[in-house]
Amino acid sequence: MERYYQQEIECASYEKIREIQSEKLVKQVKHVWDNVPHYHKKMEEKGLTPDDIKSVDDLHKLPFLSKADLRETYPDGLLAVPRKDVVRIHSTSGTTGKRVIAYYTQHDIDLWDDCCARAITAAGGTKDDVCQISYGFGLFTGGAGLNGGSHKVGCMTVPISSGNTDRQIMFIKDLGATILCCTPSYAAYLGERMQELGYGPDDIPLKAGIFGAEAWSEEMRHSIEKTMGIKAFDIYGLTELSGPGVAFECSAQNGMHVNEDHFIVEIIDPETEEVLPEGSQGELVFTAVDKEAFPMIRYRTRDICRLTRQKCSCGRTFVRMDKPMGRSDDMLIIRGVNVFPSEIETVLLNNGYAANYQIVVDRVNNTDTLDVQVEMTPEMFTDNLGEVEERQKKLMEGLKSMLGIKAKVSLLAPKSITRSEGKAVRVIDKRKI
Amino acid sequence: MSVQQISVFLENKPGTLKKMTGVLAANGIDMRATSVAETKDFGIARLIVEDVLNAVNVLKENDFVASLTPVLAIEIPDEAGGLDKLLEIFADAEVNIEYMYAFPGGKRTNKACMIFRVADTKSAEARLTGKGVKILTQENIEEI
Repeated sequence: MERYYQQEIECASYEKIREIQSEKLVKQVKHVWDNVPHYHKKMEEKGLTPDDIKSVDDLHKLPFLSKADLRETYPDGLLAVPRKDVVRIHSTSGTTGKRVIAYYTQHDIDLWDDCCARAITAAGGTKDDVCQISYGFGLFTGGAGLNGGSHKVGCMTVPISSGNTDRQIMFIKDLGATILCCTPSYAAYLGERMQELGYGPDDIPLKAGIFGAEAWSEEMRHSIEKTMGIKAFDIYGLTELSGPGVAFECSAQNGMHVNEDHFIVEIIDPETEEVLPEGSQGELVFTAVDKEAFPMIRYRTRDICRLTRQKCSCGRTFVRMDKPMGRSDDMLIIRGVNVFPSEIETVLLNNGYAANYQIVVDRVNNTDTLDVQVEMTPEMFTDNLGEVEERQKKLMEGLKSMLGIKAKVSLLAPKSITRSEGKAVRVIDKRKI
Repeated sequence: MSVQQISVFLENKPGTLKKMTGVLAANGIDMRATSVAETKDFGIARLIVEDVLNAVNVLKENDFVASLTPVLAIEIPDEAGGLDKLLEIFADAEVNIEYMYAFPGGKRTNKACMIFRVADTKSAEARLTGKGVKILTQENIEEI
């Protein structure tokens, strides 16, 4: 039976959700107009005042907020409350360049924890569970968010943070951890280490995993589920919007439900900035209508995906978003073709290789080169040179047909690619442009 | 009775073979025979050792991909025409050779030992034995 953390809102009618959103949006727009000069100025430039925003239907009139706005207002130009009301900050890892400082009031922390509690409950978590939080703690939002959510659900929470892989496995076994929260690449590494230690899926008490903070493929999900004998759930979020828990997967494992009472989501054409109808692929834009300290109005995430309002078997009515193909920041343009690391991962796993890979892009004689480096595994190895070469060729053909461009495949010795305890470094771009 | 050969995946770059021999040396593993096949990108080292299981475990513990392959070990006289005579029997028995390599007979200086990888080891063994060829066992390797 499906469990909910806040059933009334998670299963509310579309009309009810729109009503809540409208009410909160009107209030939020007034809040930023009054308290954040940057928003005030941007609205004035469009000839808008808070009176022009009467409901969600007026959302499209508001100006977008981009990464550039965050850079420009660093460190606290978008702070919407007096400093004395702030109880905590978090910061981005800076994987895509500039750091962002996000501010939280106690109210903001509470709603964020609620969002994570919904995600844990949707993954089957109850107060009987032991929830191991192997996301990093500190400035990174992963650890703090799931930790707060786990407390709200009432799980016995193990705030182990990332790293020290053998100790992680010891805690999972000794404390009987049933839910694991970390990045998918760290989950894959934990699974690999468990196998090395001789633990099969039945030796591991885990039943569910909540994995996010980086793009991962459906194939990687299957591989992690098989190794650990768990159900693996995706979770989505950004530090700018609070952290993990903006959207979460339910038992259907078919897209992530956006917590629409706190975040209004739109899909836009990244070029024309036009709002696209449901089902179209485009850039995700969020408006955080409930956050006091760091509001975010129409924030462009650069994540490319699709939304659907089709009925979900779990009973939740929140709109669902696809697994993003990756941040448009992760997207590589190689010989003029858009390439997402997640597409390469799909091909590798479909061809029997493990998700231990690195993508090296370079420029030789003015032509971009793409080298996909993947580790040899016992399954893919034979003593027959021709056979190994044949498999390498097949992988190259698979990449060509998925990406539309030619890629070189380098087979590496096992463990030659550094394992990640947080976000994996998948791409090395050596091009000097 | 075939012999188990260890096949090891190696990246084709300086130092990788040394890393493997270093692991074997540190664990006191004596190679009876070895050969390397390579492409531009990677290579496969093939080893014949006494204690096969120990050697494979040691290699795996040190992050090498290593697998076991059955091969035929056959002793021949170390003289002109020695290999030719043996291959004549292979041809007669219609046994196709995927690859082969040789190692000297060790204590028995007038002998050499050939290692053959064939597609169907069992059937090749039967056909060659039927033609009077003596195929060495793992125990024989230890005596050489």
